[in-house]
Amino acid sequence: MTPFLWFLFGGGGMVSALLLPVHVLLFGLAFPLGWFEAPSYESLHGLVTHPVTRLYLFVLIFLPLFHAAHRFLYTVCDLLQVHGSRRTPIAVVCYGAALLGTAVAAYTLLTIA
Amino acid sequence: MSNPSQAPTVDLKLYRRPMPFGWWLENGAYFRFIARELTCIFVGLFTVLTLELVQAVGRGPAPYAAFMARLEGSAYIAFSLLAFAAVLYHAVTWFNLVPTTVVVRLGGERVPDGLIAAAHFAAWAVASLVVAFIVLRG
Amino acid sequence: MAETIKLTVARYRPEEQSEPTFQSYDVPYNKDWVLLDALNHVKNEIDGSLTFRWSCRMGVCGSCGMMVNGVPKLTCAVPLTDYRPSEPVRIEPLQFFPVIRDLVVDITSFLGKLSSVKPWIIRDDVEATEVAEYRQSPAELDDYKQFSMCINCMLCYSACPVVGLESEFAGPAAIALAQRYNLDSRDAGAEERQDVLNEHEGMWGCTFVGECTKVCPKNVDPAGAIQLYKMATAQDWMKSMLLPWGAK
Repeated sequence: MTPFLWFLFGGGGMVSALLLPVHVLLFGLAFPLGWFEAPSYESLHGLVTHPVTRLYLFVLIFLPLFHAAHRFLYTVCDLLQVHGSRRTPIAVVCYGAALLGTAVAAYTLLTIA
Repeated sequence: MSNPSQAPTVDLKLYRRPMPFGWWLENGAYFRFIARELTCIFVGLFTVLTLELVQAVGRGPAPYAAFMARLEGSAYIAFSLLAFAAVLYHAVTWFNLVPTTVVVRLGGERVPDGLIAAAHFAAWAVASLVVAFIVLRG
Repeated sequence: MAETIKLTVARYRPEEQSEPTFQSYDVPYNKDWVLLDALNHVKNEIDGSLTFRWSCRMGVCGSCGMMVNGVPKLTCAVPLTDYRPSEPVRIEPLQFFPVIRDLVVDITSFLGKLSSVKPWIIRDDVEATEVAEYRQSPAELDDYKQFSMCINCMLCYSACPVVGLESEFAGPAAIALAQRYNLDSRDAGAEERQDVLNEHEGMWGCTFVGECTKVCPKNVDPAGAIQLYKMATAQDWMKSMLLPWGAK
């Protein structure tokens, strides 16, 4: 299983690096601080419901979630010096949260109209 | 003495230094490593925020407006500033490490590390511009 | 008197102390010396009880590794002039290893880790050597040559926090050595080695801190070897899942 989770970690790291900075810059800073006018509801709704955007958003949410879960697990265990089988509950919580987020994202993007 | 199993054994009193709790604070490289790893907290949180944005758009114009207004709160601005710094640090460290993880060959020659990293930085710039163009086109 | 520099050296004498202390020695700031020469000056002229390992004095044997101001280095390769005489130089045994005495560490676990990855050529037709040599092209040699330069000096283990955190972690040099044989066109033992290293204590314990590569005196790049190994293992896993009917 670890090879597969590492694959998701790597893919998520790449997606996060390529795409998250511009998303944070636009939605976290540029629109709230008024540097640019936020897109109208109609245009954003039209964009989000486009099939290609749905797929894009799924990748943008699913992979970074698993990237974050994997990295957080390893970092917490390094910082708190957790070894062996005591890592298991932390792993379940981390990957479980990523799985839950992925399920919610899939449901949202499939049902959004 | 030629047979190692008959060599005299000495009862050694070894000193083992325990790993200090703050091991990552003792060394600049370890500190930068932990900082790099902790960027994942902001990656995860901002991804959840993006999911919330999509949900708000799905619910209609009023929830979307309310969500965008929420992002103007000072706590959210502070979070976004930290998150932006974190994802930038993540992106730079990530692209710099990619050449170590892959070997690319073109015509039998190994592509130099610097070129692989530069290609990723270029792809980053292009992807960012495309996303910004599509979102801002409005 | 000529200029001097102070060495602050970790001392551990198990028969009389339970944990290490520091002892300072003033040695000549000789511009032709490396750090190992200064330590030998202490041993020969000042305090014969100071204990440390060394042999070749030319960066080949890999036995004089120590922590110098907190950084793992081969003391035979560090000019004394890298340090200013006004500041003492702190010399300690390689970190994350048990200390036997003064600057001498116990390498038993390291040797066990090295042999656990089966660092020799594995193939079914061993008798072929009696008939002919195994041929290899320069390009095939290039695939693994870099990873074959390791001198087992253990600096990479002292640079790696995962080694300090997980005592069972196979560590940079052992995994790079496994990769050296995996990438050798004459070898067919990759699967046997993967049984050992496709574990948390193997390659997956590595979090790519990258310090092993920075301190390596032979430019082996263990961090690169481990990441390539992870990538190959993950690709094998994906193939075996997506193509369960295909020959692996």
